[in-house]
Amino acid sequence: MIRVELPAHLRTLAGVKGEVTLDVPGQVTLKSLLDALEAKYPTLQGTIRDHGTLKRRSFLRFFACEEDLSHESPDALLPEAVANGKEPLLIVGAVAGG
Amino acid sequence: MSKVRLLVGTRKGAFVLTSDGKREKWDVSGPHFAGWEIYHVKGSPVDSNRLYASQSSGWFGQVIQRSNDGGKTWEPVGNKFAYDGVPGTHQWYDGTAHPWEFKRVWHLEPSLKNVDEVYAGVEDAALFRSADGGQNWEELSGLRGHGSGPHWQPGAGGMCLHTVILDPSDPQRIFIAISAAGAFRTDDGGKTWKPINKGLRSQFIPDQDAEVGHCVHHIAMHPSRPETLFMQKHWDVMRSDNAGDSWQEVSGNLPTDFGFAIDVHAHEPETVFVVPIKSDSEHYPMDGQLRVYRSRSGGNEWEALTKGLPQKDCYVNVLRDAMSVDSLDACGVYFGTTGGQVYGSSDGGDSWTPIVRDLPAVLSVEVQTLHSGSQTLA
Repeated sequence: MIRVELPAHLRTLAGVKGEVTLDVPGQVTLKSLLDALEAKYPTLQGTIRDHGTLKRRSFLRFFACEEDLSHESPDALLPEAVANGKEPLLIVGAVAGG
Repeated sequence: MSKVRLLVGTRKGAFVLTSDGKREKWDVSGPHFAGWEIYHVKGSPVDSNRLYASQSSGWFGQVIQRSNDGGKTWEPVGNKFAYDGVPGTHQWYDGTAHPWEFKRVWHLEPSLKNVDEVYAGVEDAALFRSADGGQNWEELSGLRGHGSGPHWQPGAGGMCLHTVILDPSDPQRIFIAISAAGAFRTDDGGKTWKPINKGLRSQFIPDQDAEVGHCVHHIAMHPSRPETLFMQKHWDVMRSDNAGDSWQEVSGNLPTDFGFAIDVHAHEPETVFVVPIKSDSEHYPMDGQLRVYRSRSGGNEWEALTKGLPQKDCYVNVLRDAMSVDSLDACGVYFGTTGGQVYGSSDGGDSWTPIVRDLPAVLSVEVQTLHSGSQTLA
């Protein structure tokens, strides 16, 4: 199972507590993971990436295995540790506001 | 027994304030959607338990929430606001062409007839409609497609469509206002639109009485007189008696005619309320004195209402959607401030009391007047 940590506001919106777990069919990329996340929690559509362009929202970041994956291609494979569930993908709200 | 419910949107959540018809003691619930900006919350005139809320965040974008029990519980509905066709461009602050980009919903206007129909005024300026309780949204693109669209420019707060007024006497007629494009009207249910800015004069545009380009801050209408509109413009308080075809200034003896909020008494269509703000560079009341001004003559002659309002060291603002009236007798008047106070008057503005003092900055205040056994609303 893929593990994902959401920011607090998105956990509230999705109605979950703590990490969420996902089945991601096929290759595990940012795109396939987010597709699976939004399919399981439709209220998150449009809150992590834009509805139309599927671009990451500017003030969100994707971290895993102590790496910033925010600027990786959506179709790039995620680290093996994320794909096999040893490490979570962290979706993080950027520090902003002083 | 009648009740009053205030729907308050703030920078950090929504609050629901309720009282009986005496309007002396208030229960406060919230924050709902804590930490999110709530630009607007409004109830359906068809079913007072149906509420719509615009929830947004710089991090997570737009969410629309719906309640079927008067705000006790909420469910997120559709948040996909896709412009019709190729969005095109409008003018940016520096005069360059800028792509139309959806940012947030400023105003939600539930239908007068259908509980599941609701309009959304958005930034960048456009009007959307949902026919299924907010699940799906379709742009009424005839407005943005009006020939002047590429020349619209944002005001300091963004290029927002902030006012939506549905004509109770004509379901095909809708009024909207955009900062800083001006006011528009459709007479065919949203297919085509015309600018209704004749008579407005704005010193900050090269052609002071241009057809579009005016920074209209808010418009109010009494439902018994849908041809009569009152407008708080960037500067100037205006009035139209022909559904916006032409406007006359009615600022009269106001100490300053800059401001944002304007509303009309529930039972007296010629009684109007505004909150004068010092200037466009100093967004607070004159001389640190928070004063509502009331005209009983449809403008021009204004009286200051001060009883119960702070008359020294007050430097808050009252935003465009942050004033509303109930339909009890005597009419209740309410407004919220950027300092987090919500003030109420149960005597038509003669005297005021703070209902709450320490909310986050108030963005919007709407009122529902609830009569037991009925669904009648303000």
